[in-house]
Amino acid sequence: MKKYTYTEKKDTRSGFGAGLSELGKSNPDVVALCADLTGSLKMDAFAKEHPERFFQVGIAEANMIGIAAGLTIGGKIPFTGTFANFSTGRVYDQIRQSVAYSGKNVKICASHAGLTLGEDGATHQILEDLGLMKMLPGMTVINPCDYNQTKAATIAIASHEGPVYLRFGRPTVPNFTPADQKFEIGKAVMLNEGTDVTIFATGHLVWKAIEAGELLAAEGISAEIINIHTIKPLDNAAVLASAKKTRCIVTAEEHQMNGGLGDSIAQLLARELPTPLEMVAVNDSFGESGTPDQLMVKYGLDAKNIVAAVKKVITRK
Amino acid sequence: MASTAELEKIVSQVRRDIVRMVHAVNSGHPGGSLGCAEYFVSLYFEAMKHNPSGFSMDGKGEDLFFLSNGHISPVFYSVLARSGYFPVKELATFRKLDSRLQGHPTTHEGLPGVRVASGSLGQGLSVALGAALAKKLNNDNSIVYTLHGDGELQEGQIWEAAMYAAAKKVDNIISTVDMNGQQIDGSTDQVLPMGSLRAKFEAFGWDVLDLEKGNTISSVVAMLKTAKEHTGKGKPVMILMKTEMGHGVDFMMGSHKWHGVAPNDEQLAQALTQNHLEDEADY
Repeated sequence: MKKYTYTEKKDTRSGFGAGLSELGKSNPDVVALCADLTGSLKMDAFAKEHPERFFQVGIAEANMIGIAAGLTIGGKIPFTGTFANFSTGRVYDQIRQSVAYSGKNVKICASHAGLTLGEDGATHQILEDLGLMKMLPGMTVINPCDYNQTKAATIAIASHEGPVYLRFGRPTVPNFTPADQKFEIGKAVMLNEGTDVTIFATGHLVWKAIEAGELLAAEGISAEIINIHTIKPLDNAAVLASAKKTRCIVTAEEHQMNGGLGDSIAQLLARELPTPLEMVAVNDSFGESGTPDQLMVKYGLDAKNIVAAVKKVITRK
Repeated sequence: MASTAELEKIVSQVRRDIVRMVHAVNSGHPGGSLGCAEYFVSLYFEAMKHNPSGFSMDGKGEDLFFLSNGHISPVFYSVLARSGYFPVKELATFRKLDSRLQGHPTTHEGLPGVRVASGSLGQGLSVALGAALAKKLNNDNSIVYTLHGDGELQEGQIWEAAMYAAAKKVDNIISTVDMNGQQIDGSTDQVLPMGSLRAKFEAFGWDVLDLEKGNTISSVVAMLKTAKEHTGKGKPVMILMKTEMGHGVDFMMGSHKWHGVAPNDEQLAQALTQNHLEDEADY
């Protein structure tokens, strides 16, 4: 098992804020909109550095999405910022008609996704956002794993023509990917080559997959670990190549089983290369209040559960 | 500058286009389309500075128009075609398979003149505000126009956008509400009375203008001219335009029943006759 280390834990939302600030300096067409969550989204730096290109819309997310769609008509590249729940479920029809169907170059940037939002509870812990967004034709869906990768993804999506959903979160997590790693949309990242099983993980679950890989290695199980930061378009070639090699799969994500990464991979494999698969995800349930760590344990989104899923899927080969 | 008589001739032509389009596919929305013929002709043939033969999505240096109540696509398509955005004969493909003229307007098939999809109501004002803000950033002093149905104002997003526009002084926008007083289930007063729209928009901080004769071409032309003079003064501009649903076709006039129903062969013939069919052969 390849050794991964980190010097500090950082929140992915701060990676977004840093990336946006950098874009503000390098690309005059980049504009940002926020629905009264500037501090939470870490958009303060951009707002301070480029007040003329920052639009505070108040608590009116539908209007924010519409304004963003309109700004593209004048050649701007709008980045909208609010919580993942209000970035997707609340404004689904606005995204569907004014952004996706209209083919507008809007970057929908969503923080506080999933259970790790913590104490605020299930009203805010959206676990359906990846599914909602990946169903929209033409929508690119990205869920990076740490601060560095979120920053790189933020910068990369500005040069991608078309609507993008960029999902990140609130808690601090190990910042282990190289700061200079280029972010390639739709390209899976091989973290550890293995032979017995493949773990495809996304977002906060990538580090949990690395922890699981170490536990498995101690028991003599060789896990291939792949970071799927782009849910859509899925890196089909990487998924199929690894499935062919290890012949069993575990997927891991902070999302509902229905509509998430596991669902996308299962669909691909069922069509191209039927392979035993287990999913580590939330199983048709809402979250609740608690600390992020407590919630990840209670809802089975930790290294221990990934290890258990691996052991189960290996017996199904 | 076209004369009133010339504009009236175009209005009649547009009305003939509308009834033919919805008749041909036995679907679509003739009532609201007919009622807004004068508005569209005034806008595209008189008020707007635009470039029909060289359509570009960003429309830099041009006035832009956003149709928020997308179901009145027949009048929009007719006026776009008649002003030169695409061939008039393409109107015959309205709502048919593989057409650029979808049931509701969209950019998806690349129809020149359309800058955003609309149909799901209440979204157009927000999009137009974005386009207006981009114009300000680009130091482009053109105007952004929008049209809304009165029933559409029941959607909450309209009021989010109305609040924003005034608060942020988006004063390069001229919105118009088609006050025909009708919606699918009946009159707006029966379905959900909206009280004084003037008072509401004024309270939100808009500069509100009343257009009593929305089906009189000279009045609409004059009002759009006045409205333009009201732009650039720190407030978004709203025209409350009274029209008659189905105007110009006597059996459709003033009733919500023709919101989304097409005429039969006999009714089509009557409608055409009432709109100067003798003037020329159409597409």
